[in-house]
Amino acid sequence: MSSVAVIDYGMGNLHSIAKALQHADSRVKVVLASDSASILKADRIVFPGVGGMRDCMQALTQTGLADTIIQAATSKPFLGICLGMQALLSDSEENQHTDCLGLIPGHVVRFPQKLTDKAGNTLKIPHMGWNQVKQVTHPLWRHIPDNSRFYFVHSYYAVPDNPAHVFGRSEYPEPFVCAIGKDNLFAVQFHPEKSQKLGLQLLKNFLNWDGSL
Amino acid sequence: MSLAKRIIPCLDVDNGRVVKGVKFVDIRDAGDPVEIARRYDREGADEITFLDITATHDNRDTIVHVVEQVASEVFIPLTVGGGIRKLDDIRTMLSAGADKVGINSAAVFNPEFVREAAEKFGSQCIVVAIDAKKVSADNEADRWEIFTHGGRKPTGIDAIEWAIKMTDYGAGEILLTSMDRDGTKSGFDLALTRSISEAVAIPVIASGGVGNLDHLVEGIIQGKADAVLAASIFHFAEYSIEEAKHHMQNNGIEVRLQ
Repeated sequence: MSSVAVIDYGMGNLHSIAKALQHADSRVKVVLASDSASILKADRIVFPGVGGMRDCMQALTQTGLADTIIQAATSKPFLGICLGMQALLSDSEENQHTDCLGLIPGHVVRFPQKLTDKAGNTLKIPHMGWNQVKQVTHPLWRHIPDNSRFYFVHSYYAVPDNPAHVFGRSEYPEPFVCAIGKDNLFAVQFHPEKSQKLGLQLLKNFLNWDGSL
Repeated sequence: MSLAKRIIPCLDVDNGRVVKGVKFVDIRDAGDPVEIARRYDREGADEITFLDITATHDNRDTIVHVVEQVASEVFIPLTVGGGIRKLDDIRTMLSAGADKVGINSAAVFNPEFVREAAEKFGSQCIVVAIDAKKVSADNEADRWEIFTHGGRKPTGIDAIEWAIKMTDYGAGEILLTSMDRDGTKSGFDLALTRSISEAVAIPVIASGGVGNLDHLVEGIIQGKADAVLAASIFHFAEYSIEEAKHHMQNNGIEVRLQ
């Protein structure tokens, strides 16, 4: 039986993601892991997160999990979600400036104030709701039609330096990166655990993924 | 390619049953919440909101079990409102599987609660529910006030100012209900919806008064809402959520279709 560890570092609601992983594959063993040993023991790792970046990085430093995450993210199938995606970049504009884990070179920036759509309507921040994702070929998009909608809620987004790390884009109203990856690492800005059937499909793909491209 | 406007069915839950009344009286039983949530998910609801209207404190655990059950099989955002007064109430609901909580009267009595809640759990899960009623006369400029206790008690607080203040305090979204329209099936208070939506930077969910599918379209186009919430038109299967979405799409609104 394969296992997946959901990293528990006190940032956000892990129940949804654990329930969704279990639903995506009833045979997998889902564990909430808050210590290095249980994270490194699992076959696959999910790194979720909601809230602010400074709190996130502080929690990772205080719990000593930052090094564990870097080790896991470079050795086994690893899925970052929302803030867990943003934390993989070099740094974020949030809370003045916050240094992040640096697994994917690049920055995290905020949507500009006063966004408007083509009709001149104000676009709200956070970017909240179901938006379409334009895919770049990757095993985790298997059985998911291109331009499918996923559930987002965020005010910041990733800008990776290297275009080869981009695996999905969305628009609000300008294109922004919403899926990134590198070797065995994949991460999404949206919430697959809240994106109904197609979100569960992505989680299922992840649970079947061996980390190769 | 752009962000879809959302349709959010709302389930008023009393002692574990879905009910719906007209202006909080004449309550009709509409069924089992888990069963109904399952149907809405199948029909393509973008989120589901549960409003716990159970009066007695003893029976409050019922809503927790409902949320737990729904969250283990429905994978779209779930919001729970009604009786959220302490940080512990929020923690309980999030642990049960809710993604957001709706804070209503507790925000009016203690605005700092919203700030604390947003700091503790993140703005993304804090929905401030605003019950507003028009208080201006016909020959005056529009003015709406916040009411508590199911629309019975005025607070003297201006609804637009309140929405701006709640945004500053860290609300991630506003659920705006017109107490004049709630349960009347005569459509949203569009002037109210538009005034609030244009005054704040965060998403606004229009609520109160939906009686047909054109009302949903008006809420988005004229009311400038980011999402529309309705209860009875969906519970009693007058319309399916899928029909509602097709109707919105035919009126030029971007929606998520399955």
